[in-house]
Amino acid sequence: MGLEHIIFYAFSALLIIAALAVVTLKHSVKAVLSLVVCFFAAAAIWMMLEAEFLSVSLILVYVGAVMVLFLFVVMMLDVDYAAIKQGFTSYLPIGIVAVLAFFGAMYLLIHSGIFNAQNVPVPAPHPADYSNIKELGSIMYTQYFYPFELAAIILLVAIIAAISLAFRGTKHRKIQKVAEQVKTRKSDRLRIVKMDAEVEPKPVVESKSENEVEEK
Amino acid sequence: MLQLSDYLTVSAILFAISIAGIVINRKNVITLLMCVELMLLAVNTNFIAFSRYLGDSAGQIFVFFILTVAAAEAAIGLAILVVLYRNKKTIDIEKLDSLKG
Repeated sequence: MGLEHIIFYAFSALLIIAALAVVTLKHSVKAVLSLVVCFFAAAAIWMMLEAEFLSVSLILVYVGAVMVLFLFVVMMLDVDYAAIKQGFTSYLPIGIVAVLAFFGAMYLLIHSGIFNAQNVPVPAPHPADYSNIKELGSIMYTQYFYPFELAAIILLVAIIAAISLAFRGTKHRKIQKVAEQVKTRKSDRLRIVKMDAEVEPKPVVESKSENEVEEK
Repeated sequence: MLQLSDYLTVSAILFAISIAGIVINRKNVITLLMCVELMLLAVNTNFIAFSRYLGDSAGQIFVFFILTVAAAEAAIGLAILVVLYRNKKTIDIEKLDSLKG
């Protein structure tokens, strides 16, 4: 049992304990923080699988952005934790049965010999100058470029949807109200004002001559 | 050396825990969202393990796209949660029964 096994089992145990804490803790802030621990442990396991870019981006994107968003929302909502505590155990038997059924099936499948060392040999580690980012980038920007742009559009849709859902201020939108436009009458828009005809002003002679005198 | 089945076992345990979380927690929508995140984490770990042991980088590309979609899902889900709390003053799932389903 080498160092690799020790690291793997340590981070796996951390991951599973933190996941159990996420599920069982009733205080949502503590649950979110243990989910952060989960992501860190998973990032370590991904790093052991030599997926360095995804491992780092899991920490940057998930711990840095998504979990902070979770924390914001959890702290904004005023949740009654005493009410949440009741009725926790009523679904516990069903949960245990579901877990045992799922995990039993998965364990039988995983250890049925399909995934053992003969069928899936352990690959040799990459050389020291191997760049995971270069490899991913060379595939992503050529073969998977169209899905990459679709992912960008999905993020844009998410931004617009989140803002339009949660925005509460006054909406200054310039929209046409067609019904009011159709209903309008001539009297609503047009006002006829009767005025006297304009009188032609007298020609100003004196002031003009005064100006001429001053200039001289 | 670590086998592929070791990684698959860890991720199966993680997925089973999050299934249990969804079944047990009937009171708190936030916990349900977090359980969905845990499920995605387990699936991503599977993808990366297979990508490493089969020598195919397409699995890691797929994980990248899953991360993108999961981030969008979390943002929209939390926005819906905020609107829900603003209108109903609760996030208890058992009280959200106005559709009488």
